[in-house]
Amino acid sequence: MADYLNTIVQGILLGGLYALFAMGQSLIFGVMRLTNTAHGDFIILAAFGAYSLVVLLGLPQAVAPWVALGILLPVGFATGYGLQRFVLNGTLGRDPLPSLVVTFGVAIVVQNLLQEVYTADPRSIESDGLNTASVALDGGLAVGTLPVIILSIAVAMAIAMQWLFDHTPLGRAFRAVSDDRDAAELMGLNYRHVYALATGFAFLLIVCAGTLYGMKTTVAPADGPALLLFSFEAVIIGGMGSFYGTLAGGIVLGVTQAIGFRFDPGWGIWVGHMVFLAILLVRPQGLLPKTR
Amino acid sequence: MALLSTFGLESFYGDFQALFGIDFEVESGEIAAIIGANGAGKSTFLKTVCGLLKAGPDKIVFDGQAIGGIAPGRIVQRGIAMVPEGRRLFASLSVEENLLMGACAKRSGAWDLDAIYALFPMLKDRSGSPATALSGGEQQMTAIGRALMSNPRLLICDELSLGLGPMIIKEIYAALPRICSEGMTAIVVEQDVSMAKQISSRLYCLQEGRVTLSGPSNQLTMEQISLAYFGV
Repeated sequence: MADYLNTIVQGILLGGLYALFAMGQSLIFGVMRLTNTAHGDFIILAAFGAYSLVVLLGLPQAVAPWVALGILLPVGFATGYGLQRFVLNGTLGRDPLPSLVVTFGVAIVVQNLLQEVYTADPRSIESDGLNTASVALDGGLAVGTLPVIILSIAVAMAIAMQWLFDHTPLGRAFRAVSDDRDAAELMGLNYRHVYALATGFAFLLIVCAGTLYGMKTTVAPADGPALLLFSFEAVIIGGMGSFYGTLAGGIVLGVTQAIGFRFDPGWGIWVGHMVFLAILLVRPQGLLPKTR
Repeated sequence: MALLSTFGLESFYGDFQALFGIDFEVESGEIAAIIGANGAGKSTFLKTVCGLLKAGPDKIVFDGQAIGGIAPGRIVQRGIAMVPEGRRLFASLSVEENLLMGACAKRSGAWDLDAIYALFPMLKDRSGSPATALSGGEQQMTAIGRALMSNPRLLICDELSLGLGPMIIKEIYAALPRICSEGMTAIVVEQDVSMAKQISSRLYCLQEGRVTLSGPSNQLTMEQISLAYFGV
């Protein structure tokens, strides 16, 4: 019994990471109906960025990753803003193909650039043993400290983003351009700027995801597409248009993978895909679709 | 002096020319109505004035300044607000949030949430509901309120009566003189010719992208209008 409970707890913790991967994707898709196929590679890029900063800063291992994250957040926001404003805005229109092709191209560029600079060797961000530390719970359970931190950050981010969308003028602008871009323009809103801000916020999530992922495990330049797939699955399982949905989607994906891994280490990812397909068939709108 | 004038305004959808040299004028404080059959170019004209469609730089003059070809966001900041055809409310925003979107242009003036709720009291009770949950008439009021929130000098209304019952149309048009009593200028596109004649001081009739008749509303006869309207 404790065994099953353990599987589910580990799955929920894994799901926190997937939710963090997926929220940036969810935000970009929700605001501008843009499918960012470079999403996974941006997460890897952020992980390598954090890795390099940790190496360059030479601070004690226990604080270095967090300092790196703090530095990367504004850099990420500016990168996202610039990318949207000067590259991706030009690809948006009735036809979804240009944006798909351009982000696909960006994905290839990012992957190869990372390969060129860092070689194909996997790296990891040292955090003074945080990635292996754990807390013992009652009933013989133990949870990793870092996964708990990751899940907490994912939950906090989901709450913060949902609040931003529901209760601030900026969130109102995000929803308005998503509903009707022309009408929003008639209100005096510059949609290019609003889109760029949305991608900026998505990059805050990407930077968090990348840094924490690099602390949790090893990253290699070619890992991006796998992360993209997990993000997609979490977004679709959860339902478009709500961050809580995406959080739930990530956790469902994490739990199913953990259960799969329990049966056979080769099955985890596969079971995740199967559950994703099953949900796509049975409930294509996702678990928690936008309510209004 | 005219608040808004256009000189030989042309407009295109791709290669298709929709407007052929429109000369138009509306004086400050006046209501101008535009009538015409479907496809005559009424909505195209309004969209071009608002910047949603491209126009030559000096073809549109607003308050003494050329505004042709300027982005719609800039045009609303200069004081032209549009109530678009079909209302185009933001579906995932509440009524109040829709109204607040109108204030994005950050122009100062008498119109704020309280003033809108005073003009259309029934919106106050529905302020928290999603815009899609309203009746057609309430939606139209929200769309008008949203446009007023930018404190425009010129209010442009495209087919206010579209899809609404006669009672609610009357109610909405009854609000127009109150809105304009503060010195606001309005351009109204209207299918109902007698309504258009009654509310406006100047009337334009469009046909196939050209002005076929214009003049003071009270001096034009129904015969002249129907001749210009159908072009027979």
